[in-house]
Amino acid sequence: MQVFQDFGRYCQLLYQAIRSSSELKSYYKNFVSEMIKTGYDSLPIVILAGVFTGAVLSIQTSYQLVSALIPRSTIGAIVTQSIIIELAAVISGLVLAGRVGARIATELGTMRVSEQIDALESMGFNSVSFLVLPRVLAGFVMFPVLYVAAASTGVGGGLLAGMVTGQVPASDFLLGARSFFLPWDIIFGITKSIVFGFIITSISCYKGYFASGGAEGVGKATTNATVLSCIFILLADLLLAILLL
Amino acid sequence: MIEVKNLKKSFGKTLIWDDVSLTVPEGETLAVIGRSGCGKSVLMKHLNALLTPDEGEVLLDGQNIHNLSYVDLRIQRQRFGVLFQGAALFDSISAFENVAFPLRYFTKMKENQIRKRVLDCLEMVNLGEIGNKSTSELSGGMRKRVGLARAIVLEPNYLLYDEPTSGLDPETSNEINELIIHFSENLNITSIVVTHDMHSVLDIADSAAFLDEQKLSWYGTIEEMTKSDHKRLNSFIKASEYNI
Repeated sequence: MQVFQDFGRYCQLLYQAIRSSSELKSYYKNFVSEMIKTGYDSLPIVILAGVFTGAVLSIQTSYQLVSALIPRSTIGAIVTQSIIIELAAVISGLVLAGRVGARIATELGTMRVSEQIDALESMGFNSVSFLVLPRVLAGFVMFPVLYVAAASTGVGGGLLAGMVTGQVPASDFLLGARSFFLPWDIIFGITKSIVFGFIITSISCYKGYFASGGAEGVGKATTNATVLSCIFILLADLLLAILLL
Repeated sequence: MIEVKNLKKSFGKTLIWDDVSLTVPEGETLAVIGRSGCGKSVLMKHLNALLTPDEGEVLLDGQNIHNLSYVDLRIQRQRFGVLFQGAALFDSISAFENVAFPLRYFTKMKENQIRKRVLDCLEMVNLGEIGNKSTSELSGGMRKRVGLARAIVLEPNYLLYDEPTSGLDPETSNEINELIIHFSENLNITSIVVTHDMHSVLDIADSAAFLDEQKLSWYGTIEEMTKSDHKRLNSFIKASEYNI
């Protein structure tokens, strides 16, 4: 029963956000600030996750493809495809559920329990368009950017690891990457990142906005926001793979 | 004028209070008193529709605030200034910006006009020099005053105070009380003060409403309160160590 109540309130919050979207021009500073916090500030961790994922994938694929019948360029193809189609979006999504989702839920939760959201409403602000809408839209805009950063550094990391360990020469790696490259894979990855961005920001806004019970309540809201975001990222990943591939 | 008529509120199966009716004439101050957890702050949040009642209505100059569209409600809310219990200052911006906040969004004032108005308001609450401090650097009393300056910056018709003197030393409490009297008398602001500080009630209020046993147990002027033989009200007053 609680699940349905939660889902109803979540939909209601999103509906309010959409209905008040015309007010975004009044609060564009919030939108810009959220884009910086969500996008620019998350770049280091996303790049780090991308480089290491690509490097490990390259080394492990080389380790598994030991047959002389399989050309080394296959490693480049596997690493590039895996990164672009799956890992860049999912790994960065899971990392950002912790980084962005936890921040949003904590910020809004603290504002809720310290009556700052009540203060906004009592001044005549629409707290949903002021707090929720800029955060969700910033997720829409910045997650694809972060995906591109994760994907390109992931492929770069794979290439570098292959070269440094001497298992895949750069020319072979790039040959494989180019041979199997499809533009649709990038579109698929970007679509996933947009969906993941929406999942993380909207769930975290919902959990933070309706937090209650002081510091413990904020902690609970933050944990729930992160865990739920991760679960729904994995579910959405499967659903998108079934629908779009 | 604020009129509350037959208000009832429950959270789930827990009844907070039922059949609360009271009137606050223009320029007067009503104190809402009662034990902790009796629903004083809940009642206050109904006056500017931060909470919705199960039954009853709140009339603002004859208009039911709970029947308004969200756009109209937001316009009506701008007629209220609210001082929350913990001041509810936005901690991501400075004290000055907290006071300037409503002006930046709801007026077309230029930067120098905003600065002047904010400094005037801070001056009114005796905080002329702390404007650029971060809110985390402020003491409890200072936070309340900045909250008060923010509450009056749009020149509201109504001021709602939620425990304005809680957690403050007696001297600072007196200063806050003096400010409440000043706003009421000089700016003709209608005020509702939620408190259990009987010193404040006798200093600042024209009338009092005593919430007890899930209802409005007693309601009248301060003069009537001092002569009342209402047992639970007298017991509450005695418990606050105040001899009338």
